[in-house]
Amino acid sequence: MMAETLTLGKALNAGLRRALDSDSKVVLMGEDVGKLGGVFRITDGLQKDFGEDRVIDTPLAESGIIGTAVGLAIRGFRPICEIQFDGFVYPAYDQIVSQVAKMHYRSQGKVKLPIVIRIPFGGGIGAVEHHSESPEAYFSHTAGLKVVACSNPQDAYTMIQQAVLSDDPIIFLEPKRRYWEKAPVELEAPPGTAYPLHAARTVRPGSDATVLAYGPMVRTALDAATAAAEEGRELEVIDLRSLSPLDLAGTYESVRRTGRCVVVHEAPTNLGLGAEIAARITEECFYSLEAPVLRVGGFNTPYPAARLEEEYLPDLDRVLDAVDRAFGW
Amino acid sequence: MAKGERGTATRARPATARRRVTKNAADPELVQLLTPDGERIDRVTGPDGTQYTVDFTDAEYRALYRDLVVVRKLDAEATALQRQGELGIWASLLGQEAAQVGSGRALREQDMAFPTYREHGVLYCRGIDPIMPLGLFRGVDQGGWDPNEFKFNMYTIVIGAQTLHATGYAMGITMDGKVGGDDGEAVIAYFGDGASAQGDVNEAFVWSSVFNAPIVFFCQNNQYAISEPLERQTRIPLYQRSSGFGFPGVRVDGNDVLASYAVTRTALDNARHGQGPTLIEAYTYRMGAHTTSDDPTRYRIASEVEAWQAKDPIARVRAFLEKQQIADADFFAEVDAQAKRDAVHLRERVLSMPDPQPGALFDHVYAHGSPLLDTERAQFERYLASFEEGSH
Repeated sequence: MMAETLTLGKALNAGLRRALDSDSKVVLMGEDVGKLGGVFRITDGLQKDFGEDRVIDTPLAESGIIGTAVGLAIRGFRPICEIQFDGFVYPAYDQIVSQVAKMHYRSQGKVKLPIVIRIPFGGGIGAVEHHSESPEAYFSHTAGLKVVACSNPQDAYTMIQQAVLSDDPIIFLEPKRRYWEKAPVELEAPPGTAYPLHAARTVRPGSDATVLAYGPMVRTALDAATAAAEEGRELEVIDLRSLSPLDLAGTYESVRRTGRCVVVHEAPTNLGLGAEIAARITEECFYSLEAPVLRVGGFNTPYPAARLEEEYLPDLDRVLDAVDRAFGW
Repeated sequence: MAKGERGTATRARPATARRRVTKNAADPELVQLLTPDGERIDRVTGPDGTQYTVDFTDAEYRALYRDLVVVRKLDAEATALQRQGELGIWASLLGQEAAQVGSGRALREQDMAFPTYREHGVLYCRGIDPIMPLGLFRGVDQGGWDPNEFKFNMYTIVIGAQTLHATGYAMGITMDGKVGGDDGEAVIAYFGDGASAQGDVNEAFVWSSVFNAPIVFFCQNNQYAISEPLERQTRIPLYQRSSGFGFPGVRVDGNDVLASYAVTRTALDNARHGQGPTLIEAYTYRMGAHTTSDDPTRYRIASEVEAWQAKDPIARVRAFLEKQQIADADFFAEVDAQAKRDAVHLRERVLSMPDPQPGALFDHVYAHGSPLLDTERAQFERYLASFEEGSH
C-alpha cells in the first residue's frame, strides 16, 4: 500500500475529495469553501473539480448553513458543513442541538440526518477572540449527536470519510493548531475497513500511568511521555478520538494495570469532558487506583488574548506535574 | 368608545399601523376572490400585476366546503379533548381554516410542505390520518409520521426553524434537476407573524433568494404571537418584507379559501418552473387562544374578535354555495354529519392510544446505536425487572 506524507490539513482535503468522489449525494457547504478553499485551505481545489453545486459557498449565516443542511439531508443528500471557526458555531447552536440532534428520535427513525459538521477547534495559533474555543462539552452533552476529534493526518483522512458514511449526525472537531503537522497517510485503504470511528486507540504503551487526550492535546501528551521516559516513567497515552460516544473499555483495562490516570484537554476542566471520564474511571477502577483521576485543562476563564494563551493552554510541563501528583498521593 | 376598550397602547401605535389595521375588504393590498358576504370576485390583480382567479366545478366548490367544515370540527374535538384532560395541550387552528385548506389543496402531489405545530388543516389535505398530530399533543410520541411518505414534514415547535429546512430541501430539488417544468417540484414553508422576527426566517429568505430556490413562504399572519400584537413584530406589512430580499410578496385574504388557493397555486407553479421564491402573507385571525394554555381575553378586546367573526372563512363559502345554488340543505346536513362522525371516531381513537413502553425511551436516539445508550438501556431494564423479582 502506498503511503504519502501529508499535513493533517492536506489529509482532510484528500479525505473530503474521496468522499465527494464516491457518492454524488455528498455536498460540501460553508463560508469561503469554494474559490478560496476555506480560510485554512482544507477544501482547496474541491470546487474547481466538483463544481459549485457540490462545493457550495454559502451566505454568511451559520444557522442557515446547518438549517439548510437539515432540509438537504431530508431530501437525501449527505451534507458536510464547514463552520469557519469554533466560536462561530453558536449562531447555529439551536439548529444543531434542537433540530439536527433530535429529528431521528422525534421521527422514530424515519428521518435520518447524515450531516457532518466540521469545526476547527482549540487554540494555539495566536488568533483574536472567538477563534480558539473548545465547544466539545456542549455537543457531547446532547443526545443524538456524535462527536469525534482527529489528532493526526491518518485519522483525519480516514475519520472524515467514516463520518460522511455515518447515518448519524457527527460533530467533527479538527485540531486547528495541528493542521500543519505531517505524517505518512495510507491513501488506498477503504474507510470502512480502517480503524472504527468510535474507538479509542492506544498511541503509546506504558506501564506507570495512563494519560488520556484527544485532538490537539494528543501531541502534547506524547511529548510529555517522551520526557517522562527520560525520567524513568513509562506513560501509556490513549487518544480518545470519539468524545461521544466515549470508548473507555481499553482505558479501564489500562488504568487497572497502571493504577494512575491523568485526563488532558484544552477546554476548561470545570464541567468538562475530563469530569465525566474521571467519574466513570473511578466507578469502574476504584480498587485499582493508587491516586484520584487527575485533570489537566484550561482555566475557568474565557479564552484569553493571544499573548496569554501559552499560560492558558496545558503544555508538557502541566501534564508532567499532574503525573507527579498522581505518584505523590 | 367604552372606557378602557381601547387603551393607551392603541393610541401609541404609529398612525400607519392603525390605518393598516382598519383596512377593509376593498383593500387594494389584499387579494380576495370571495367577500365575507359570499360574493364571488371573478379576477384580482396582485401588487406585481399577477392576475389571480380560480375556475372550480361545483363539485370542487363543495369539496372545499367539506374540507373546511371537517377540519374545524376535528380541531374543536381536539380542543375538547384537551379540556377533558386527554391531551396535554392543543394549538387550535380556529379561524385559519381557509388559509390552510386553500394553500393545502393548492399543493400538487410532488410538492413538499414544512409546517409549524398548527397546520392540522394542511396535514388533512395531505391525506394524513388526523390522529397523527394527536400523539404529539397527548404525549405518547413526538409526531413521528414519515415526512417523505406524505410529503409533509414533522411539526416544528421552535419558531421559524423549519423555514431553513424547507429552503435546504428546495435547494435539493434544484440540485436534483426537478425544476423548470410543469412536473417540477416545489416546497411550501409555513410560519406565523411572530416567526417573521426570527433570524432563521430571515436567513431562509436570504438563502432562498440567492439560490433561487423553488419555495413558497406561507406566512399566516393571525395577528398575535401568543399575546404580542403584530406591531411588536413589524413596522411594515409583512408581505413587503420580501422585496428587501429580492423576491415578490403578496397579501391574500387568509379567510378566503378561493384566494388562498389561487395565490398559493400561482406561487408554487412559479417556483416549480424555476422562477424562485414568493412570500405569501395570509391575512387572517386566530379566533381562539395561541394554545389551550393561554387566555386571549387578557390581551384582546371583544370587539376585535367580533369584527373578525364577521369574516368567518366557512360562513362565506356557505353563503356563496347557497346563493349560487351549488349546494342544498341536504348537502350541508350531510357534511355536518360526516364531520361529527369523523370527530367521534377521532375521540375514540385518542382515548385508546396506548402509552409507550418504558423501553421506548431509548429507541431511535441514533441510527447506528451507541454503547453508552446500550448500557443505560440494559441498566434500566434490570432496574425495572428488579421490581418484579422483589415482589415476593
